[in-house]
Amino acid sequence: MDFTFTPQQEALRAEFKEFFAEEEKRAPEGWTGGIEALFASDEGWVYHRSVAEKLAERGWLALPWPKEYGGKEHSYMEQLIFSEVKSYHRVPGADLWGPYIVAPSILEYGTEEIKREWLPRIARAEINWCQGWSEPNAGSDLASLTTRAVEDGDDYVINGQKTWTSGAHRADHIFLMARTDPNAPKHRGLTYFLSEMDRPGITVRPLLYMNRAHLYNEVYFDNLRIPKRNIVGPVNVGWYVTMAGINFERSMVGGVAEAKRDLEDLVEFCKQTRRDGQVLAKDPLVRQRLAEFAIEIEAGRQWAYNVSWLQSKNPMISGEPSASKYFITELTVRLANAGVEIMGLYGTLRTGSKWANLQGKFEALCQESLGITIAAGSTETMINLIAWMGLKLPRIR
Amino acid sequence: MNLDFTEEQEMLRTMARDFIDKECPKTMVRELEDDPKGYFPEIWSKMAELGWMGLIIPEKYGGTGGSFMDLVVLLEEIGRGCLPGPFFSTAILSALPILAAGSEEQKQDFLPRIAKGQIIMALALTEPSATYDAAGVSTTARLEKDDYVINGTKLFIHDAHIADYLLCVTRTKGWSLPEQGITLFLVDAKTPGIKITPLLTIADDKQNEVILENVSVPQKNMIGELHQGWPVIARLLEQATIAKCAEMIGGADWILEACIDYAKERVQYDRPIGSFGMIQRYIADMWTEVGIAKRLAYYTTWLVEQGLPCAMEVAMTKAWVSDVYMRQARMGVQIHGGIGTTRDHDMGLYYRRARQVTLLFGDANLHREVVAQEMGL
Repeated sequence: MDFTFTPQQEALRAEFKEFFAEEEKRAPEGWTGGIEALFASDEGWVYHRSVAEKLAERGWLALPWPKEYGGKEHSYMEQLIFSEVKSYHRVPGADLWGPYIVAPSILEYGTEEIKREWLPRIARAEINWCQGWSEPNAGSDLASLTTRAVEDGDDYVINGQKTWTSGAHRADHIFLMARTDPNAPKHRGLTYFLSEMDRPGITVRPLLYMNRAHLYNEVYFDNLRIPKRNIVGPVNVGWYVTMAGINFERSMVGGVAEAKRDLEDLVEFCKQTRRDGQVLAKDPLVRQRLAEFAIEIEAGRQWAYNVSWLQSKNPMISGEPSASKYFITELTVRLANAGVEIMGLYGTLRTGSKWANLQGKFEALCQESLGITIAAGSTETMINLIAWMGLKLPRIR
Repeated sequence: MNLDFTEEQEMLRTMARDFIDKECPKTMVRELEDDPKGYFPEIWSKMAELGWMGLIIPEKYGGTGGSFMDLVVLLEEIGRGCLPGPFFSTAILSALPILAAGSEEQKQDFLPRIAKGQIIMALALTEPSATYDAAGVSTTARLEKDDYVINGTKLFIHDAHIADYLLCVTRTKGWSLPEQGITLFLVDAKTPGIKITPLLTIADDKQNEVILENVSVPQKNMIGELHQGWPVIARLLEQATIAKCAEMIGGADWILEACIDYAKERVQYDRPIGSFGMIQRYIADMWTEVGIAKRLAYYTTWLVEQGLPCAMEVAMTKAWVSDVYMRQARMGVQIHGGIGTTRDHDMGLYYRRARQVTLLFGDANLHREVVAQEMGL
């Protein structure tokens, strides 16, 4: 085995590092780096957009794409390095879906016309996406969604409701799945649409997070008309178009890097803070807990590297990326709560309080982190995927 | 970056697995638990023929000059099969210090014999203090005329009862700086004054009490320099710790596979128990944790192999692998139900081994404390 990166990869890492370390300094007051920060505050959104334009200029939103659509034809490893460095510095700027979920689906299933229309715009950060997947009765069991799309001339007419739509209030476009054949088996009657958000028939209603942050929304479609040319892949094949989109770099190395940074902050805090006449860092229990997180983060990093390595040989692997998602998001929840517990009562004080520790970062994180063990495949879904797909354990339907 | 094993390493793994399955199945492993020697000399000879004892000994000393990653592959298989015998004591704990600090003459004398399986050796490091630090060494060696005379009690010494030589870690100078007065000696196990008594352990893994009473050792048997033995042992402990992690990972892998197979076969409520969400969760957790343990261990192995600083990563690996192996063994019994708790089933063997081995070379708490220190806490 050889754990070294190529000189080109090292040079790229240095370039990313220089850029993101600089951008980090421009973060607004109270910036925590999570998706909540991105969507909830106007300052956060402005920060995100300013970085997005710079990323686009450098071509960094399209690292793995073919050159003809504005990409750099890099491998999973370069994408991993980008995510790792960017997340460590808590810098936004990459649309959560466009480059990573929408583009791979388009690349795999889109017509030449679709590719030429949408990919360059995604690479140039011209589009702010939101994701029209989940519905009130279709969460982990996504394929049971009921939003209906009915053919009408050159258009499809969409009716239904989406929910947990993060950032819909900031977005100008939505990619969505709707049922085009209600009589087909549930995975075989769905179609993948792209739409502007300002088309008539779309209503966005805020759904506030437990800490009042405006992150999620409900999105209602009331006779929304989407032209047929905005369909990605064949009609009724939308499920598979969607699945093609989730075979992007799935190592979760970004989550590892964020946790690493959060732990570094917590370690620094423990070195500098006295409680009960003793520096927190000298408390044996605190030392054990911090060391355990350092171990799990390093172990998670090695696992993530291996996921990318395996994906570079076979993008369709199933168990390993699911384990990454499961392990790293659950680790983040535990780390967030450990931070609050180590700080004690101070740990519960919010950003803006003069008594808050680390500007209330862990107070925010212990709430935000709950979302990531549910979004994009819940912990339970990941465990099911490991058991069913990875280990072939029997499945009773 | 290349995170795959080489073809040669894959071959070594296949060969080792086949050999252990055929030559020393679990029935024999458990038989050996009640055997005073604890190993079969015929299997030991065959292992030598396969080049295992000389795997990381350079060719000029009769070995095959393999890498540390090669050794990790072999140890995973040894751990997977719970293969008993003095391999670890001889080929790792004794060969590595001789290789690192022995004189040319000592290397020429001992290493080829180790590689050929002609001698068995044991590391006499730990004492009733039951720690792995220099301060825990109170056995003394005193120069009298031409010989050193060793006095003290060594405890938890694997394979001393069958060893031809003991690599004895002694104190030759005072206590104020514990690391600066340690000296290593090769001691013929038949030297008068050595009394070896087997210990009864949870894993029947052939540990011993070794009492040394006025044991005379010629000066030429000193390994490395006078008072300078600790750095050799410290380096050995890094290597041995990661090597032991490889054994644990092999055992954890066996447990996982046994659980997956059993969960697919065992039927309750008219369905395989592996179809129940609860069992799936146990197994998915086990698979995830052992998978992660492997990747951490391989990274650390690579650091060791490259001679890069690795104190933090070794400690991280030992802490994580120990905890994972213990959880794995505990859940392995749970998933198997009542049969898993019996003497008839192999799972108990792994549970007892896990309970033992996770404490060797420092337990998870100790290694987390090392990590904390390395983090500047």
